[in-house]
Amino acid sequence: MTSASTQVNAPTPSVPGELKVIQDATCTFCGCVCDDIELTVKDNHITEAKRACVLGKAWFLNHSVEDRPSCLIEGKPATLSEGYDRAAQILTSGKYPIIYGLSDSPCEAQRVAVSIADWISGTIDTTTSVCHGPSGMAFQGVGEVTCSLGEVANRGDMIIFWGSNPAESHPRHFTKYSLMPKGMFLPNGRKDRTCVIVDVRRTKSAKAADIFIQIKPKRDFEALWTLRALAKGIELDPELVHRETGVEFSVWTDLMERMKACKFGVIFFGMGLTMTRGKHANSEALLALTRDMNAFTRFVAKPNRGHGNVTGADNVVSWRTGYPFGVNHSRGYPRFNPGEYTTSDTLANGEADCAMMIACDPMANFSQPAREHLSTIPLIALDTKETPTTRAATVAFTVATYGINTGGTVYRMDDVPIPLRPAFPSPHPSDYDVLTAIEERVKRILGVTG
Amino acid sequence: MNETFTLIPGRTTDQGCGVSEGKFNDRYQNAINALQVAPSDMTRLGLSEGDRVRLTGEEGQTVEVCITAAKKEELPEGLLFIAYGNISSQMMTGDTHGSGMPTSKGMEVTMELVQKASAHANVEGTAS
Repeated sequence: MTSASTQVNAPTPSVPGELKVIQDATCTFCGCVCDDIELTVKDNHITEAKRACVLGKAWFLNHSVEDRPSCLIEGKPATLSEGYDRAAQILTSGKYPIIYGLSDSPCEAQRVAVSIADWISGTIDTTTSVCHGPSGMAFQGVGEVTCSLGEVANRGDMIIFWGSNPAESHPRHFTKYSLMPKGMFLPNGRKDRTCVIVDVRRTKSAKAADIFIQIKPKRDFEALWTLRALAKGIELDPELVHRETGVEFSVWTDLMERMKACKFGVIFFGMGLTMTRGKHANSEALLALTRDMNAFTRFVAKPNRGHGNVTGADNVVSWRTGYPFGVNHSRGYPRFNPGEYTTSDTLANGEADCAMMIACDPMANFSQPAREHLSTIPLIALDTKETPTTRAATVAFTVATYGINTGGTVYRMDDVPIPLRPAFPSPHPSDYDVLTAIEERVKRILGVTG
Repeated sequence: MNETFTLIPGRTTDQGCGVSEGKFNDRYQNAINALQVAPSDMTRLGLSEGDRVRLTGEEGQTVEVCITAAKKEELPEGLLFIAYGNISSQMMTGDTHGSGMPTSKGMEVTMELVQKASAHANVEGTAS
């Protein structure tokens, strides 16, 4: 057995039959971005992923080298060079080109994608727009009282999950960050914390709660404003509150008393808020409640982010354009307008006339009108595996898997950047390689020098 | 039977693992093609495990899917749950209400029985 360095940037090929161990590898399946995984690699295949959760094990153990061509044009194998040429030709021919995805790419590749969007006067959007995009709008409206997950682990004595089911979406959230850790100010770990879960259904996460509050569907806004009113001491009609939220008034008053009495409260919120009627207004209500609570004690809010580097996408697009997602460059400078430049809209409205989809699968996840339009326009797709989107693509690139085959940087859901430690090389190019080659050709077609 | 329900698509462990295993493999396909119904709703409406139902959305969009009983108490009456995927996407409309996000949870749908499980089991048996 050979012991690999923990500072690996480029993976070394496996010696046939020998085991290689990667210490402190980073899992990029979900926004927890756990960086304490011990991988065992044999013959360019991960055979064990110690400390990984059920989703992390599935991620690591199922990403071996894909036996597919690195490039397909209209379903037929092609050279990478032919693929880059065709992709650049598509992107520079469109009147309304869009680039979307990026939540499963490292920051280095995301940066190149933004550059391409800028060169072609196109629109750049990320999966944030169908995830916590409404929360991103709310951050701009009311601000974000926030902290790192390390602070939650060491200080958080009241943990509220609202519209989020980490037991199935972020399985190590409880044990690594939010409920179980024995922290600097919480020596007894779970016993020192109160966990409240608010949801419309009794999810698997509800078992972890000290208090489970089941509200009526689509009444998050009303419930959050009930708490805001209680925090301010405003008198409410108990019967009306019960009718609107589906929860006894006394449950809300008890929760508010506990929230005021805690030392460090945290609200983790999920897509139960952002995907439901109200959307950014729901997130705004939660963020405003969090802000209000700081008149009594320390309180913070964190969106539970889904994909491994969706938070990196927000950061990269923000520092390149000034806006986090849904950014249009058609006038030569960036403009931000969710509902107009976001990909669900540019597709469903039939505006986009060509698209590059990077590490995402809109043909599986978008609304039917959006998918129908996407199937009618030239499409470039980059993914590690075959998906409905790669099958529909004019040019499909099979790329290496970030964190397993390639290095780079990702951002954990609390905006902490974390390096990747890849396990074994892939014969396929990385998405950074593909995007860089496409950018070079785009610049050549546009006559850009330098 | 043609009642209004609230459809909540969401993440499940099987759907999440299925993404890594491959979207054309059984685990993912099984996860995204099973509509969970509260056991009390199934009893009240005379539905059984595996029955095929049709969902109709607010803009008339329809999809057919087989049902399965939700685990005890996981769903209150009147709520339906399905893992994110092709079926849930078909029920989403294109309007994002100026947010960029289509309404993807809390969708009002009507549900009607298309075929009993016993009936399509017989058809499959005959066909084979």
